[in-house]
Amino acid sequence: MTAAAAQGLVRLPVWRARVVLVAFGAAFLVLAARSLYLQALRTEFLQEKGEARYSRVLEVPATRGRILDRNGEALAVSTPVKSVWAIAGDVEADAAQRRRLAQLLALEPRELERRLADPGRDFVYLKRQIPPETAGQVQALRLRGVYQHPEYRRYYPGGEVTAHLVGFTGVDDAGQEGIELAFQATLGGKPGSRRVIKDRLGGVVEDVESIRAAQDGRDLVLSVDGKIQSLAYGALKSAVEQHRARAGAIVALDVRSGEVLALSNVPSYNPNSRARLTGAQLRNRVITDTFEPGSTLKPFTIAAALESGRVTPATLVPTAPGQLTIAGYTIHDAHPQGALSVAQVLQKSSNVGAAKLALALAPKTMWDLFKRVGFGAPPQLGFPGEAQGRLRAWRSWRPVEQATMAYGNGLSLSLIQLARAYTVFARDGELVPLSLVKTGAAASGEKVLSTETARAVRAMLELAVQPGGTGPRARIMGWRVAGKTGTARKLVDGSYAPGKYIASFVGFAPASDPRLVVAVMIDEPSAGQYYGGSVAAPVFAQVTQGALRLLGVAHDAPLEPVELPGEGEQAREST
Amino acid sequence: MAKLNLLLLAVLVACALGLVTSQHKARKLFSDLEREQVRSRDLDVEYGRLQLEASTWGLHARVEKVASGTLGMRSPDPRRVRVVPRPGAPAQ
Repeated sequence: MTAAAAQGLVRLPVWRARVVLVAFGAAFLVLAARSLYLQALRTEFLQEKGEARYSRVLEVPATRGRILDRNGEALAVSTPVKSVWAIAGDVEADAAQRRRLAQLLALEPRELERRLADPGRDFVYLKRQIPPETAGQVQALRLRGVYQHPEYRRYYPGGEVTAHLVGFTGVDDAGQEGIELAFQATLGGKPGSRRVIKDRLGGVVEDVESIRAAQDGRDLVLSVDGKIQSLAYGALKSAVEQHRARAGAIVALDVRSGEVLALSNVPSYNPNSRARLTGAQLRNRVITDTFEPGSTLKPFTIAAALESGRVTPATLVPTAPGQLTIAGYTIHDAHPQGALSVAQVLQKSSNVGAAKLALALAPKTMWDLFKRVGFGAPPQLGFPGEAQGRLRAWRSWRPVEQATMAYGNGLSLSLIQLARAYTVFARDGELVPLSLVKTGAAASGEKVLSTETARAVRAMLELAVQPGGTGPRARIMGWRVAGKTGTARKLVDGSYAPGKYIASFVGFAPASDPRLVVAVMIDEPSAGQYYGGSVAAPVFAQVTQGALRLLGVAHDAPLEPVELPGEGEQAREST
Repeated sequence: MAKLNLLLLAVLVACALGLVTSQHKARKLFSDLEREQVRSRDLDVEYGRLQLEASTWGLHARVEKVASGTLGMRSPDPRRVRVVPRPGAPAQ
């Protein structure tokens, strides 16, 4: 007997211990395999699932940059608003709550019911872009199934005064018109996102990482001066109303820097509430529309003639008997004159004189000058839809076309092209590049005319606004002005419509050292007067006077009231 | 040996408590930060609104109306205005 047996112990079979050992070993193996599976093979999936319980990606909103005028006044500002939406099937609200909701959202109760009853859609906007206060009141109703999300709304404090220049954005905060569209890349912000850890109640407890930093849009400072803009719009609007015109446009340029100081159109619209907009209101007649300029183009014909060296300002041009027939087409003067000097051709705005001067030039010479002052090419402002106008290649010009082009018929251009071309006379022959953004510095231009020619034409343009010229109403007290009137027959469907005119005036001041070019265009004045000298020139005078005062430009003329001529005494033109 | 172990245990407990406290502090500071950020956003909103209000009140048309209507102001006769060149400005 062994000792164990002697102590009363039973000897167990060996296989039982083995079984237990194997069973435990197997259990450990299973555990190890499982942990390998979870820790090594499925770890990513599981971690993701885990994170999804507490980690959230939040959008970080970015604001759109402001648009300011050159003095820092806001022309377009974004403010946060809320949009209210609902999941139609989930909305739980009794009749009183629904009435209150409709009242807060300024909706007809029936309209609200209709939106909530729409079975085809889960997601339905109840109202977009409501002020934060109203949104707070809606939140306070604590309705199930009604949610809000933040958006930005663009406000335009300038309203209709700056509408065509600034443009507007759509409901998704992207530019649709004007500067808003042209500078979308600068103005638009890029929303960012970040990963955070949220607790059970939905509060953010930890910032894990920033996935993408939000980039706010940059502010844009325009070249426009809010005061001059307001003055220009006011003057233009009252002129359009007074003369019962279809439309009008005005642009003011800083001669030294090429900055656009004012740009306005009538009819305008309120960009803050754009319901019921018509195409006529949206049209930007300064930049995107073209017209036949008429007599305002004559200074360029005369500049070409002077540049050719064939004539001087004193050379006499026979214009009797006030008409000229070329290939069966007769050019008329409104008031037949005898022999006129080149300076008087411009002063009296003689079509025959201008045509004769043009016919003495080679078509290419004239075309070259038109091209050099920027006609037939977009003005490169970066504005959407810039018109380039129509200037046909000189090879296709017939003599009669060359003659009519001398006084601005048979070619078209935009008002801003015309205003820019006049900087050539204001800057001693330099064509200045334009800018809609504040530069604040003098710009260097491209020399396109000799200094002598530019100065000679400037002197003639000053003569044209003196008594005896076509535009004496453009004169102002305290400053010498220079400029040219235009009264063009209006092209309707390819032929000149009787009784429909475009009155225009382009000029600059002070004539001794020009600072400002202002161009005015009035479309179809129909209250009796239609001459550029009576319709457009007074607008020029009003705006120039105010603008020079605002810019603090020194006087260069005696401070005596300007005597305005009677209606009959002013020279008239027929283009 | 046992003494060293006890010492290490004490250090461990202290570290653990420190971790808990600092985590708590971090969360608290973070929620403060969040609150301040919300406040700064709200102030931004307010700023935008005030700016809008200022420019609405300061509309040129309105200023002109008030000046000429309510206050009876008018622009001075050009003969009584003298233009003074700014010192340092380029010669006219």
